[in-house]
This record gives sequence, C-alpha cells and structure tokens, in this order.
Amino acid sequence: MHELGIVFYIIRDVKQVAEENHVEHVASVVMDIGEVSTVMPHLLSDCWRWAADKEPMLQGCESEVNTIPAVTWCDGCKSEYPTVAHGRTCPRCGSENTWLLRGNEVEIKEIKV
Amino acid sequence: MTECIMDELRIIEIKKSVFADNDRDANLLREELKQQGVFLLNLMSAPGSGKTTTLIQTINRLKERLRVAVMEADIDSDVDARKMKETTGVESIQLHTGGMCHLDAEMTRQGLAALSLEKTDLVILENVGNLVCPAEFDTGSSANAMILSVPEGDDKPLKYPLMFSVCDLVLINKTDVMPYFDFDLERCKQNILMRNPKATIIPISAKTGEGIDDFAQWLVNEVQNWKK
Ligand SMILES: Nc1nc2c(ncn2[C@@H]2O[C@H](COP(=O)(O)OP(=O)(O)OP(=O)(O)O)[C@@H](O)[C@H]2O)c(=O)[nH]1
Ligand SMILES: [Mg+2]
Ligand SMILES: [Zn+2]
Repeated sequence: MHELGIVFYIIRDVKQVAEENHVEHVASVVMDIGEVSTVMPHLLSDCWRWAADKEPMLQGCESEVNTIPAVTWCDGCKSEYPTVAHGRTCPRCGSENTWLLRGNEVEIKEIKV
Repeated sequence: MTECIMDELRIIEIKKSVFADNDRDANLLREELKQQGVFLLNLMSAPGSGKTTTLIQTINRLKERLRVAVMEADIDSDVDARKMKETTGVESIQLHTGGMCHLDAEMTRQGLAALSLEKTDLVILENVGNLVCPAEFDTGSSANAMILSVPEGDDKPLKYPLMFSVCDLVLINKTDVMPYFDFDLERCKQNILMRNPKATIIPISAKTGEGIDDFAQWLVNEVQNWKK
C-alpha cells in the first residue's frame, strides 16, 4: 500500500531527527500534505498508528496533517485558479495550457517532543 | 532546523520532503552506474499493459547487439522472472517488494548487486504495475519508460500527469486492438506531449511485433550515448 511505504520513510526521518536532538520520545509529527498529492490523509493516519506503535520512540505519537490547497497556473491568461474545483482547464479563458503550482507536497513539517 | 518552546512541548522544525532521501540515493546510484557503463531502464505501467510481453519480444531482437539483464519487481510472485529466463535466456532476477507498491533506489541497488554488472550493458527493471507510486520514487535509472495500452484509453496522460511527466519514452502498446476501442492515437500523443513536451512516443504491438524494432533501436542509441 502506498501510504504504508510513505509512513516508513517518515518514521526513518523522524527517528533520525529525534536522535540528533537527543529526544527520547516524540509526542506528535506534523505533516504538510498537498490536496492533489497521492497521499490520502485518513489512510496515512491509519498506517501511521499501526507502524509508529511498533517503535518505542514513537509509541502513542500523534500524526497531524495540514492540507495544502492545490493551485494551478494558467499560461493562457497568466493567472492562478484552484485546481480541485476546475481541473486542468482554466475557468477564465478555457486554456488547457496549465501547470500545478502547489498542492503536490508530501512533507514533514515539524515534530513536537 | 529551528526550535522553539510552546505549551511545554518543544517543536523541532524539519520541513523536508518525504522523498528527499530517496532522491539523493537515486542520484548517487545513477552516477555509479554511469561510471560502470551500465544503463538502467525503469519500465513502468498499469498492471497488464504488456511490460513482460514487450520485453520478451524486444530482448529477443536486441540480445545480439547488447548484453541485457532483467529485474522483475513484483509484490509477491516470480512468474515474470521465470518466464523471462525461459523465453529470452538472459540473466533475470525477481525482486520482491514486500507488499510495497513501488521500488526505491535502495531496493534497486540491492537488486543490481545480484546481477553480473561487469558483463552487462543494459539492465531493464520491470517496476510494479502501478501508475502512481513508481512515478514518485526515483530508482536511480538512466531513463524512465512507460507503457500505455490501447484498452486503457487515450485520456490516461490527463489522469496520471506525474507518471507521464517523468518518462523519457512512452510506448503505446496493443495497437492491434485499436479497431475495437474508441482510442484516438493523435489525441493520445497530444495529451502526452502536453504533459511532457520532451517525451518520445512509439506505438507498438507486442503481439504482432509492430514498432518493436523502433523500441530496440531507441535502446541501442540510449545505451551508446550513456557509455560515451
Ligand atoms: N492484443 C494484445 N495483447 C497483448 C499485447 N501485449 C500484451 N498483451 C496481453 O496482455 C496481457 C498482459 O501482458 P503482460 O505482458 O503480462 O503485462 P504486464 O504489464 O507485464 O503485467 P503485470 O506484470 O501483471 O503488471 C497478456 O495476456 C498479454 O498476452 C498486445 O500488443 N496486443
Ligand atoms: Mg509483468
Ligand atoms: Zn486562463
């Protein structure tokens, strides 16, 4: 499953940062997840619970998700519009020459210890 | 990395993409393969688009010109690796992803270690059948290719833009069944080029052999450039 693989990467990164900072237990991990990234937040938190509880340093550690709204740039009329509502066709000028500006992120923002 | 104290919980800022470590490993692996003169092709597609069939056809026309080895990534079986060995005779191994939907650079490196690289020009990795996850995980490949098969529809590039944007080559397979599907080849090419203007597109049929020589020639050229 996709989210489980992502969770293993997160665990590896978080453990590394915690060790570098001489932290024994992490209370919470905050993620920035783009609206149109391939990660489903509810699946991510299920996988997180299952995998994190197997790590002594992360037992009971919460995962918090900030959703980053997706924004698309239209090359036709040089403006931005919300991706989820309109997809790849610009609602202003009808151009399909459009590119995702943000909303693709899968980032670890911070940990609370 | 910055720190601050809040509500008795200390916050350690990380701000790092989950894919950053893998991207670094992948770049390292790509550089090592370049030094060794080994070209790694990462072949991706949805399940059943024809990766294994296409590779068997292509390798049989290629093995006089290049020394080829194959890594078959599968969640849990070795059907493809055995079939590859029996039908082409080239070195071929199975990589188990342990339930994971993609291969990353580290898993790819482990697979390569099991091959005789000093006797190989081209390693082809048949990635897990999936159009989402493999696009996000750089394997360290020298080039990425994908197969889109006619029954999947000409609008696939619009639905999976990331996959199409990371591929150097798109093979449009199963052209033999085109008459039975509502598939517009020109529109499909436009959809691909809109997401990736640099993509090379080759229509093929792994069943009739159409276009397979073009794919084989593309590989020969890429490997020659890589070894320069
Ligand atoms: N008509 C037609 N059928 C094809 C063609 N290429 C492959 N097939 C058939 O499509 C099916 C799947 O082919 P495979 O080569 O196993 O596909 P794959 O992408 O390796 O599949 P997975 O490894 O399971 O993801 C088989 O039944 C093939 O015979 C083609 O060009 N035309
Ligand atoms: Mg296969
Ligand atoms: Zn516009």
